[in-house]
Amino acid sequence: MAGRGIALPMSKKAVVVTFGGGARDDETFAPDGQENIPHLLNDLMPRATFFSQVVNRGILGHYVATASLATGVYETFNNFAAVPPDYPTVFEYFRKDLKRPTSDAWVIAPSNGFNRIGESGHKDYGAGTGAAVILPKRLLAAALPGGGAGGYDHLLRDNYESAVYSPAVGGHEIEMQQLAEVLKLSVTDFAAHAKSLASPDELSVYIARQLMRHLAPSLLWITLHDIDIAHSGTFSLYLDGIKRSDRLCAELWHAIEKNPEYAGKTTMFILPDFGRDSDMSAGGNGFQHHRTGDAVSRTTWMMAMGPSVRQNVVVERPVQSTDLVPTLGALLGFSPRLSTGKPLTEVL
Amino acid sequence: MTPKQLTSESFARYPAEGRKLAASKVALLRELPIAFVPFLLKEAIGYDWKFPAERRELEQQFAYLESLPFRERARQMAVFTRLRLSPQLEAAQWVDAPGQFLEQLSAHLWATHQMDGFRATSESYVEKVFAASPQPTPPVPRLGIAVIGQGVAQKRYALFRKLAREGVYFRQVKPRGGLPAILKAVNARAAAHQVPYGHWYIDGGETAAPIDGAVTRVSYAALAQVRAVLSEKMRKAYTSASFSAEALRTLLAQMGPEEVGLNPKSADAVLDHFKVSLLTEGSGTQIFSTTFVQWAAREALRRAQPLTLLSRYAPRQREKPMGELLSEVQSKPEPDPDGSLIDGDMGAYYTWLNQQRLPGADRASFLVWFEDHGEAVVVGPAFPRGTEEHRPVELSELLTKVS
Repeated sequence: MAGRGIALPMSKKAVVVTFGGGARDDETFAPDGQENIPHLLNDLMPRATFFSQVVNRGILGHYVATASLATGVYETFNNFAAVPPDYPTVFEYFRKDLKRPTSDAWVIAPSNGFNRIGESGHKDYGAGTGAAVILPKRLLAAALPGGGAGGYDHLLRDNYESAVYSPAVGGHEIEMQQLAEVLKLSVTDFAAHAKSLASPDELSVYIARQLMRHLAPSLLWITLHDIDIAHSGTFSLYLDGIKRSDRLCAELWHAIEKNPEYAGKTTMFILPDFGRDSDMSAGGNGFQHHRTGDAVSRTTWMMAMGPSVRQNVVVERPVQSTDLVPTLGALLGFSPRLSTGKPLTEVL
Repeated sequence: MTPKQLTSESFARYPAEGRKLAASKVALLRELPIAFVPFLLKEAIGYDWKFPAERRELEQQFAYLESLPFRERARQMAVFTRLRLSPQLEAAQWVDAPGQFLEQLSAHLWATHQMDGFRATSESYVEKVFAASPQPTPPVPRLGIAVIGQGVAQKRYALFRKLAREGVYFRQVKPRGGLPAILKAVNARAAAHQVPYGHWYIDGGETAAPIDGAVTRVSYAALAQVRAVLSEKMRKAYTSASFSAEALRTLLAQMGPEEVGLNPKSADAVLDHFKVSLLTEGSGTQIFSTTFVQWAAREALRRAQPLTLLSRYAPRQREKPMGELLSEVQSKPEPDPDGSLIDGDMGAYYTWLNQQRLPGADRASFLVWFEDHGEAVVVGPAFPRGTEEHRPVELSELLTKVS
């Protein structure tokens, strides 16, 4: 792992959790949805500043939208292409401006398509300057007998948006053996633990907690993806994904609070990358997809909590999803100079 | 190629009736922008297998465009004309493969931030077409019936939250004889109002009997062999050296009934094409029977505009947790009645929404029943919104009121 070294701890840290399967207000913070998010609502909301209108004006595909969240610019590449973002990522700004080592910025992302999200193709940044990316499903495939071939296709499917499995592609992606070394976790133990979990998102959070325990990175980005089962059209499984994400967000926050490396100096942001189609859009099929570009599919929410964030505050003015990176910049002390977003002063 | 270069021979590869239709409209098509013509051609290329209502709407759209004075047509097409297309799109095979062109156009519009403007213009155009083309009043008010929750002994979910706001929640329906009563009502409507593809029964399991021959039937169980063939073709595509997402989509889009094992000499090629489209165009319809029913109901309403639609949900297969999937001992898929009840509840709401998008919505009714249980909601002009009824009632009585 090039760039790893001894790093002086930062006085501020940030954890970003995105839901890489858009979630609608209807099934989350709207009255009908609140039963699905007891932890967000009752546990985290009282500690948070809540942005009720986060608008995504970009392409509503999960990889390109998450990349846009991470660059603070609406990226326009093909959602299903294995390409890096065009603009510098938050990880590159963070590391370059603050002279942080690789070990201080990590991404845990759903699967194959996200393997390039850690660093951009921008000429001033790029290879080796961003975050290491962990793809839990890929790691699991490597840890399984026969490399995951055979009966695991359904579990290891790359994304729910496309009916297809993408081919393996390169990137600054951490291999199983490297991760085992970093986390002091054997491949066998990893596979055994995976068998005790209910879903890939639980595996992602498990890895996040291991990373926090062993490396305590100052910038940690986790993209959950179980919710995107909605593309299969099964409303109950979509709700299950939301409920799981709700629980995992609370678990992460409590892990932050209990970890001395994080407690009292970490700001956590939680946001879906966008919504899903409205029931009222005739061109869509409600919660199943996010293809119409209607207001419901473009509008979501964000929750921020941490030592300098005001508690139990609701911000109703519309903000944009590209505002996240400038906010992180203002919070941690780096300059996302190419981002088109604006810092959210309500949490600074 | 530009639209101005179109001739009658340009459609030589279209099926017979679609070819004839497109050729008869070539003068109009030549005047329209390249970003718009493929929308019409996509409909024309599938014209041979369209339901009567779809054919009527396409013909109305052509008639509307032909009726516009040249300058007004140019004005309505202005936004489509001004769309910035890539050279690759302009060079694409938009005549022979309009569906693929439209997929590429969609991706391009998203990437170039033109989608929102395009969407608004398209919606405005569709509204104008409908306003100029009066839709026929249904000969009888439409009736949608959804039967959900098969196999659920006791519910653990608050049902009908969305639909109950729209009508009356009956809390004491006598469940005995419920399904036969529903089938009888559907059969009676089919016999009384004989309209091609006017009465439908979609089932997530096996089709229940007796159902009249005049009722168009689609069932998940009856398509088991088709689903198996399709899965195998998709699996082969995945493992092909030339695999790509685009290639798979093309493969699926071009798949006809004969490629998936349906009888090429079927007496109802229109319905067979519809069935195949449910599995090749729907997402999740191949795997989950609840998704299949919801999507089939949506497509039947959108395309065939039936007078009667019965959709009955059966338990879909359970989604296994990760630990179980990683287990070396794989078990057969088990049903998930509880999850399917929730799927069906939302599916029924979507079916009602889709029914209300059709002409005659103000007279239409909808009944959703928790199968073999005492709860139902009825929505319709005679049922006050957001109310509850606690007196015991036979399902047949409710059916009489809405039929």
